[in-house]
Amino acid sequence: MYQISNIPHGSTYVSTLKDPSLVADIEFKDVTKLYGDVRAVDGMSLTIERGSFFSFLGPSGCGKTTSLRLIAGFEHPTQGGVFIGGKSVIGVPPHKRPVNMVFQHYALFPHMTVAENIGYGLRQRTPRPSKPEMARQIDEMLEMVQMSGFRSRRVWEMSGGQQQRVALARALINRPTVLLLDEPLAALDRKLRRDMQIELQTLQRDVGITFILVTHDQEEALSMSDRICIMRDGKIAQSGSPQDLYDRPVNRYVADFVGKTNFISGNVSRVNGTAVSIISERGQEFSANPSAGTQPFNVGGHANIAVRPELIVIGASTASTEDMHTDVALKGRIKNQIFLGEHTEYLVATDGIGDVLVLSPKHMEHSNGGFAPGDTVTIGWKNERALALVD
Amino acid sequence: MTGSKKGLWLTTALLAPTTLWFLVMLILPLVVVVIFSFGDRAPTGGYAAAFTFDQYANLASRLKAFTNTLTYAPLGTLMTLLVAYPLAYYLAVKVDERWKLLLLVLVIVPFWTSLLIRTYAWIFILGGRGIPSLLAMIGFEDVRLINTSGAVLVGMIYGYLPLMVFPIFVSLEKLDKRLLEASSDLGGSPFRTFIQVTLPLSMPGMVTGCMLVFILLMGEFLIPAFLGGGKIFFIGNALVDLFLQSRNWPFGSALAVTLVIIMLVMVTLYMRLTTGSKTERDQSVM
Repeated sequence: MYQISNIPHGSTYVSTLKDPSLVADIEFKDVTKLYGDVRAVDGMSLTIERGSFFSFLGPSGCGKTTSLRLIAGFEHPTQGGVFIGGKSVIGVPPHKRPVNMVFQHYALFPHMTVAENIGYGLRQRTPRPSKPEMARQIDEMLEMVQMSGFRSRRVWEMSGGQQQRVALARALINRPTVLLLDEPLAALDRKLRRDMQIELQTLQRDVGITFILVTHDQEEALSMSDRICIMRDGKIAQSGSPQDLYDRPVNRYVADFVGKTNFISGNVSRVNGTAVSIISERGQEFSANPSAGTQPFNVGGHANIAVRPELIVIGASTASTEDMHTDVALKGRIKNQIFLGEHTEYLVATDGIGDVLVLSPKHMEHSNGGFAPGDTVTIGWKNERALALVD
Repeated sequence: MTGSKKGLWLTTALLAPTTLWFLVMLILPLVVVVIFSFGDRAPTGGYAAAFTFDQYANLASRLKAFTNTLTYAPLGTLMTLLVAYPLAYYLAVKVDERWKLLLLVLVIVPFWTSLLIRTYAWIFILGGRGIPSLLAMIGFEDVRLINTSGAVLVGMIYGYLPLMVFPIFVSLEKLDKRLLEASSDLGGSPFRTFIQVTLPLSMPGMVTGCMLVFILLMGEFLIPAFLGGGKIFFIGNALVDLFLQSRNWPFGSALAVTLVIIMLVMVTLYMRLTTGSKTERDQSVM
């Protein structure tokens, strides 16, 4: 029904979708996993599309690794169903599932060479492929992960990045329908991590199979994934494309997890169809668009207004809302300034809403001349660009 | 300069007691034994100075002791390994954390009393009023257990089991459980995972355990004497006999020297075979 076939020349690892009508590769139906009294996964339902790059994102203990292990078969749901390619896999042991995993810290076999590690999956098959056939496939994998010279190396003789590639090759040689990646880049240094992110993304497009990544690094999830599922206490906080999550978070938790955000919290004073107003702790009123998909706001209830740093305009201390073309104008003093090349990041201390992070693009710096720590400034934004969020 | 001189002095001072101990307590007796082995038996027993190969020429008269030792020691080691591995595996992998320590202590408890007393206990268990009398009650008359080769093997396995269990337990416990998951993930059934991952990675423990047990079994004399009924003679028994009964020190010395040489050769070969590829050692360092 679905297989990955070899094409003799060039990049030989390409998937073939024989039945395009089957789009759901992984499906969770109301899955709950209990460890004693702890609900690691709590009534979760989700669908992961075939061929997508999907990420589980969240802090440690949110249930993301458990979700991955439920797919791999190392854990079994206390309740609910897990489906791979439309078939229930309840009771199917890991070694009989068409998925493979790249483990955190790689879990390479220390008593085997690189080639033996990569060929491990082939050796478990019945009938076992012939020696030359295995050697051919191993070489092909080594080439794919650019490790051709490392055939007979021992795993501990290699750097973290090299071990990472071997772990990838060891999983992919089995032609899984889904590749599971458990924090695969966590052990690498920053520069290498960036490179591997790009490589993983390229690899996923080349092989065309579903990649499911578990990470606590929002930057990693945002840059690599087609879809992200943000988890909180075993439940899905929000699931969507990186843009969705960034531009339309459903609550403060998601907005806080994805990218940098300034929050103003307070009680709701007015609600109409297109705007929600809150009274901040200092008694100032702010208005914003209610976020789509969020629960209705009740007057008097607690709510937050989120303003992304790049949506805030910074101007001279004398600037007014008209000068800045904003709805809000707040006086403040620059506490800190970080030059980031394309942007300059300011931390502005305001009287009304505390410290505010502002990201000012280079062209603005040219027109307003830039600011230095200690300068008194005015910051402002348009209400329609701010988001009202529940907690 | 002074610093390194001081360091050298300190090193010498620290090593001196050990060196002295080894020289006096190990090297010196060994030299004496080697010298004795080329001597003659004094008419009243003991050692008379001489230089002769007579004692070595006479070794063949004790051939049975050699063949027995060289049969029972490897066999006993192998059987101890077979009994110890499942036990160590259970303790390291299967048992609940809460019970682990208690069960480990239970494995060592027998070591708190001497092997002599424990072997006496086996004489009773295997003797006429022990298991055979129980078997008689259910209709199996005249079962002989004591003074058989089986009794000797049982005694050897029992006596040295903890020495085999512990090294294997340690190597199994430090085995990264994610490797087992990785194997399973890559299509390895539980049995194949055991053969391809667990077993090779517990090799260092098995090698250490086998070595400990084998060396001790090669020198064993108590267990064959007590449980073998004098029919199964080891080199150790021959040595006891030669030194204490017939007081033929030179011949006993020749026997002892030969035993040491055999052990050195076998242990060297064993190490070559098991760690020849260097893998296991590198791993245990990791």
